[in-house]
Amino acid sequence: MTTSTPLDRRAVVARILQDRKDLVAISSLGSATYDLAAAGDHPRNFYLWGAMGGAADIGLGLAIAQPNLPVLVLMGDGEALMGMGAFATIAQQMPKNLSIVILDNGLYGETGAQASHTANATDLAAVAAACGIPETTVIEDEASLAQIAQRINATGEGPAVFVIRIDGAEQPRCLPSRDGVMLKARLRQELGFESM
Amino acid sequence: MQQELNTGASDWPKEIYDILASYDVVQVPYVPDGGHAELIKRIHADPKMRPVSLTTEEEGIALAAGAWLGGQRSALLMQSSGVGNCVNMMSLIKACRFPLLTLVTMRGEWGEFNPWQVPMGSKTQQAFEMMDIHVLRAETAEMVGDTVRAAARMAFEGGTAVAVLLSQRLIGAKVFVK
Repeated sequence: MTTSTPLDRRAVVARILQDRKDLVAISSLGSATYDLAAAGDHPRNFYLWGAMGGAADIGLGLAIAQPNLPVLVLMGDGEALMGMGAFATIAQQMPKNLSIVILDNGLYGETGAQASHTANATDLAAVAAACGIPETTVIEDEASLAQIAQRINATGEGPAVFVIRIDGAEQPRCLPSRDGVMLKARLRQELGFESM
Repeated sequence: MQQELNTGASDWPKEIYDILASYDVVQVPYVPDGGHAELIKRIHADPKMRPVSLTTEEEGIALAAGAWLGGQRSALLMQSSGVGNCVNMMSLIKACRFPLLTLVTMRGEWGEFNPWQVPMGSKTQQAFEMMDIHVLRAETAEMVGDTVRAAARMAFEGGTAVAVLLSQRLIGAKVFVK
């Protein structure tokens, strides 16, 4: 089933977002934000440049507020490790429209490629499952990405966590706007609310 | 276990609940606190509200931001010791200018038996102000309604980040009995 060559993060993100329609995507600071931007800017993208450990909870709040919209949180393994409690909180709330995609390379890529806890010990899919997330999958092959793409655009199947093994290669940075006020206003207006 | 050393006779938790309901607050993230117990019970009993039990208070800051992005109002309930946990996450509120309403029950400031509560309790207001969260304070039961109403108005109509500190004198100091 697996080809066991770690996947290219940019290709993964571009593939899973290629058929997006009403999906709202939140990305954690660092590479996940660059990956989301590299797949194409979109008014339904909300890029984080800080607030590490908070990405999944931002997605949860949004998913509860907008139960008919598919909400994706794209994050690295470092972000997931810092906010592990969010898995337990999400499992209490069971939003049917929330998916979390963890791009796991076992590295803190932004700060000098130090090894993260997932490099040799921690299994984030198992952590999420043990916290009560009903659907957790580890993906190591390109063939599974089409299914993930379909899944993140669907609502009504309950929260899911997908851990995608990617290679540790450093990609050219693709920097979206750092203007948090603009990003907030843009997404709110896109969803039909006033900018503030 | 918990005796009331406070003088407030009014049902201020119900008053807070009524104000949150009147402002259409839906998401209520919380880390439990004895001082918030009655309010939390009321929120769980209201099908129009969505209580969200957290593992740590900073989750609630992020949740409040997400709720607002999705057009929903929230109120974060916590104890003063949790405010320190939130400090970096408050960058999100400041950098994106999110509104915030948080109601904080105070420990470590009035007749506190547990000295471990004092370091954070005595710096709670400064921790908020360091991150430019506006602080209002209710000392007595009579002050609670007006203060929470003012805070809700600033948050939801003015887009301001506001914390209301509910004093330990109001809540009643926790009394430990062997």
